[in-house]
Amino acid sequence: MSAYFSQHFAALKSALRRLATAPLNTLLSLIVIGVALALPAAGWVVLDNLQHLAGNTTGVQQISVFLTTDASRKDVAEIESRLRDARAGNWRFVSREEALKRMQATEGMSEIVAGLPKNPLPDAFFVEPADPQPETLERLAAIFKSWPKVAHVQLDSAWSKRFDAFLRIGKLAVTLLAGLFGGTLIAVTFNTIRLQILSQVAEIEVARLVGATDAFIRRPFHYFGALQGALGGIFAVALIAGSGWILSAPVAELLALYSASFTPRGLSLQHTGIVIGTGAALGWLGAQLSVALHLRRFG
Amino acid sequence: MISASAVTKRYPHGPEALKDVSFEIESGEMVFITGHSGAGKSTLFRLLAAIERPTSGSIVVNGQNIAALRRSAIPYLRRNFGLIFQDQKLLFDRSVLDNVLLPLAIVGLPTREAHRRARAALDKVGLLDRERARPIALSGGEQQRLAIARAVVNRPAILLADEPTANLDSESASTILDIFRSFHQVGVTLVIATHDPQWMARFSPRVLRLERGRLAGEAA
Repeated sequence: MSAYFSQHFAALKSALRRLATAPLNTLLSLIVIGVALALPAAGWVVLDNLQHLAGNTTGVQQISVFLTTDASRKDVAEIESRLRDARAGNWRFVSREEALKRMQATEGMSEIVAGLPKNPLPDAFFVEPADPQPETLERLAAIFKSWPKVAHVQLDSAWSKRFDAFLRIGKLAVTLLAGLFGGTLIAVTFNTIRLQILSQVAEIEVARLVGATDAFIRRPFHYFGALQGALGGIFAVALIAGSGWILSAPVAELLALYSASFTPRGLSLQHTGIVIGTGAALGWLGAQLSVALHLRRFG
Repeated sequence: MISASAVTKRYPHGPEALKDVSFEIESGEMVFITGHSGAGKSTLFRLLAAIERPTSGSIVVNGQNIAALRRSAIPYLRRNFGLIFQDQKLLFDRSVLDNVLLPLAIVGLPTREAHRRARAALDKVGLLDRERARPIALSGGEQQRLAIARAVVNRPAILLADEPTANLDSESASTILDIFRSFHQVGVTLVIATHDPQWMARFSPRVLRLERGRLAGEAA
């Protein structure tokens, strides 16, 4: 077991040494890998923020349920218990009296309200479904419509659907981009490892002659590929964080113009891990393809 | 320990380098393979070291038939051997000590123990004071001694050497001979391919003589 660990440790050390002995090559590889990982990851961050923004904007993923004006307290209680049974998500009840009060408080409306002979506003529920998928929203709206004393169910589903379609295309584009740049990362690692193998022909030959297994010979290259990919991932995360920092002020200004209460978010800790992990995994794969192809020549 | 029977090696588009060669080598024996250049000494060396496979026949080492060995089993077979080459095959981008450490790194020996053994091997060939030097700074004889240190650091049961003194002056060659004799005395099996008559005079060993690929004679 200790032999196993000492061999892995030696391979890791040798990979680190190779990264350090050619700093310019390492830097160039890291830039290429970093950008290749940063572009799809940044696209994902933008989409994530758009989705989040959409979720924050009222009226998009909210179903308004208006009751008839003759609905009694008992009817309201009935609807409430049905919402609970349907596990519809969170909801807020606004009574007709409260709605009228709010209207009076709104500038320019108080006189109109004062002129009304009686309260024309209905009791209303504003439901925020736990699952904001457009299909779920439509299904829930249809169910609410069938309940007694429900006069009108409003769901801005056309907008939501359009936005959802847009997000889907965006996600597909990011996925394609990720595939393309993932391939780039593999190719870059493949070539780096190929050059290393060519420069170490003598070492590989001697190691074989004194009893090195294939695994022993491949191990430092695998470590190198994975390490280079992981470092590229860290560089990508730094690029995204830097761009986010530069963009944060203008975005806040724009959001203020729309008086939106929304804070853009960058990569979470988990997604940082995914970016770095993907870099390492693709680097390992590129190294594996390269050693499999190029070491075959040394019987 | 080593048993060759009816070994033939034919290279593509060439004549037969070895024809129907059979012999037995007992454990602890010292055997010389001689012959003119082109007689098949190096070919036999490469077959014994599992660098190449015979076209037909079998070579059994420690009960394993090299001719039929799976590729993945060859590294483990090689760990029974110390191989010494005419051109040494040293790594010139690392120190003398690191060259000797390579076989130990391959079997995963802990660093402290590996250094101890590598220094012991360097001491045996008289290079302990040169451990930090690069092989390029060594003389031809010293380079060959370094190659021997690397070959024996794993304490192999069998030493295979191909023309170990071919490019050396007689004094350096004599030092190498003494080193080999000391290994023979502790029970290591030695198989040495050479055309150097100095060896015969010094050891009067068992000799396998090759002539144009055939075993022409045996003398003890």
